[in-house]
Amino acid sequence: MPAVVETLDAVASVTEGGYKWGFSTDIEMDMAPKGLNEDIIRLISARKNEPEWLLAWRLKAYAAWLKMEEPDWAMVHHAPIDYQDLHYYAAPKKKPGPKSLDEVDPELLKMYEKLGIPLKERAILAGVEPEEGERLPIAIDAVFDSVSVATTFRDTLAKSGVIFCPISEAVLEHPELVQKYLGSVVPAGDNYFAALNSAVFTDGSFVFIPKGVRCPMELSTYFRINARNTGQFERTLIIVEDGGHVSYLEGCTAPQRDENQLHAAVVELVAMDDATIKYSTVQNWYPGDANGVGGIYNFVTKRGACRGARSKISWTQVETGSAITWKYPSCILQGDDSVGEFYSVAVTTNMQQADTGTKMIHIGKNTRSTIISKGISAGRSNNTYRGLVRVLPKADNARNFTQCDSLLIGDKCGAHTVPYIETRNASAKLEHEATTSKISDDQLFYCRSRGLSQEDAVGMIVNGFCREVLKELPMEFAVEAQKLLAVSLEGSVG
Amino acid sequence: MLEIKGLEAAIGDKQILRGIDLVVPSGEVHAIMGPNGSGKSTLSYVLSGRPGYDVTGGTATFDDKDLLAMEPEARAALGVFLAFQYPVELPGVGNANFLRTALNAQRRARGEAEMPATDFLKFARAEMKRLSMPDDMLKRNVNVGFSGGEKKRNEVLQMALLKPRIAILDETDSGLDIDALKIVAEGVNTQRGPNFSALVITHYQRLLDYIVPDRVHVLSAGRIIRSGGPELAHELEANGYAGIVAEAA
Ligand SMILES: Nc1ncnc2c1ncn2[C@@H]1O[C@H](COP(=O)(O)OP(=O)(O)OP(=O)(O)O)[C@@H](O)[C@H]1O
Ligand SMILES: [Mg+2]
Repeated sequence: MPAVVETLDAVASVTEGGYKWGFSTDIEMDMAPKGLNEDIIRLISARKNEPEWLLAWRLKAYAAWLKMEEPDWAMVHHAPIDYQDLHYYAAPKKKPGPKSLDEVDPELLKMYEKLGIPLKERAILAGVEPEEGERLPIAIDAVFDSVSVATTFRDTLAKSGVIFCPISEAVLEHPELVQKYLGSVVPAGDNYFAALNSAVFTDGSFVFIPKGVRCPMELSTYFRINARNTGQFERTLIIVEDGGHVSYLEGCTAPQRDENQLHAAVVELVAMDDATIKYSTVQNWYPGDANGVGGIYNFVTKRGACRGARSKISWTQVETGSAITWKYPSCILQGDDSVGEFYSVAVTTNMQQADTGTKMIHIGKNTRSTIISKGISAGRSNNTYRGLVRVLPKADNARNFTQCDSLLIGDKCGAHTVPYIETRNASAKLEHEATTSKISDDQLFYCRSRGLSQEDAVGMIVNGFCREVLKELPMEFAVEAQKLLAVSLEGSVG
Repeated sequence: MLEIKGLEAAIGDKQILRGIDLVVPSGEVHAIMGPNGSGKSTLSYVLSGRPGYDVTGGTATFDDKDLLAMEPEARAALGVFLAFQYPVELPGVGNANFLRTALNAQRRARGEAEMPATDFLKFARAEMKRLSMPDDMLKRNVNVGFSGGEKKRNEVLQMALLKPRIAILDETDSGLDIDALKIVAEGVNTQRGPNFSALVITHYQRLLDYIVPDRVHVLSAGRIIRSGGPELAHELEANGYAGIVAEAA
């Protein structure tokens, strides 16, 4: 009975301290000395054998960063971050970037197994449909601290012209693509954390879908922070040419540590004519303990450019982890008839703080955007939705629908909704709906009277509340996300 | 067997149940009638473990197990089922998922094997057919947008699937049209047997024409003031509560 075992696992992990991904792995590491300066940037660039143009780009970003101030407008609070007290490069000592799975350190493989991340490529039998309940193959790029340790199914993907590899490798093997698109959506000096990332980014995934190709499988990157006192600065770049299609998912976890760790990623998406990008995130970085000690600072810039006509970018995120989340996956709707979507579930418990939302920038004609945000706050946490819908003068007939729902568990948490709307075209039609509710005692008792435990009842009600967002996730991950929501909220009621 | 002795319960400082004695042997169906506000729903909530009630005296056991010491979900697993007077809406929660999760939670608690999704769907569809409920009821969210009568039928469907050993039906007949009433009664009657008992709370004799009770009890101001056979319901229908209440005072 696997379900029973799973429940037992979940319970055991909770009694152990609430976060079942919190173990760390003993691996010999190659670390840069602590601190941030031009030499460190040169070291990172040299470790990755980068071309001169990229080093120059990094140094320019660093110079810009030095002149910038850390933003303070988000509804989050933390002690000042000492940027000199971090390692900016940490990689497992074995050969970086092994070419085949056999070269990956067995300790690492063990760790991914423990996390439930399949790094073994299972043979796909030609023409045989997977049986019900069997997992479809998913290509995975596994990023461990500063480097990608394995990318699966690359050969299969290459047959259809899809490039899926660590960005550090793309820099060397597809420099024309990287140079053309890197920083074209999120410029190096875009904001404080994006500038920092541009200066010191270490690895991340690169995806290129050529004209007319539907990517034959889900692509996924799994980020794991392991080393102490390191920041993770990954960079992801996804380019889909005319008529192409890709569904991409990222997942993240980190060990349980007393100190805060910084994660400042940048994700750039480019969709050309009729291209579709579906980008899903299940973010489960270590959130800190019940008293707010430790946890990841997740300061992320994610932006997609719908450059082509009728292109579509859809962001779906399930954010349960991190001590602080600061992230606004956005869409620049430049192509006529392009579509932007943002579906978000953000859960905060204990002392977590989340300030998250989206920006939809309508530039082209007949552009449409949809925003569905579900915020769940428990404990003494704070959960803010911050969203901007901007309609520029040429965006005739722009449409936006925004719905922000907040669910409060207990009476010590906070939920805030901060919508900004700027319209410079009279034909725009924008709708905004917002609700705040609580899990009612009646709902809890109704579920319990049918045999559900208090925790299962909360999980069920919360999953119901998030249904509109969860159904946007690829099937397999929807199930994982549901379990994650339930586990995240265990112990937060009663 | 359900055994209630001297049960007293209060909400805050308001005493509602004032010493209830009631025995429902396995295999029997008992009806509870009584004026509005007399404590019928309160009794059903206290038996099923709704938080917020202080039991200030007495005991309630089911098969010698102390119900009052158990969590609501443990009572459910033991076989206690409450059909709510006002069923609760669960937005976004599919009825099928809810019912299967509930059924399997109970099975797990009893150390039984879980029912796989496909078996459950077959089972649920068959029960729905018997209750003349449309299939789409399983796909809809629990009680959301259901009409009053549909909500009551959904409670009976839950009872049919969870197969409790004692069902407490709190005015499940209120708001039902005559056909639905027969279907609901049928739902209860098919469960009747040596291992099933029921406490049927109702204001109307009409339901008791279809579910013929072994005993009828009259609850007034938190006490059972009169008990009798099925004929007592007819007497109440004809004369109202005034006489009996005055007599008991
Ligand atoms: N939460 C509460 N706070 C205060 N009083 C309450 C509460 N719930 C119930 N009561 C009171 O307890 C008494 C019994 O209520 P109960 O709902 O059990 O009556 P009932 O017999 O089921 O009535 P009806 O036939 O109208 O359904 C009523 O006077 C009611 O107002
Ligand atoms: Mg009542």
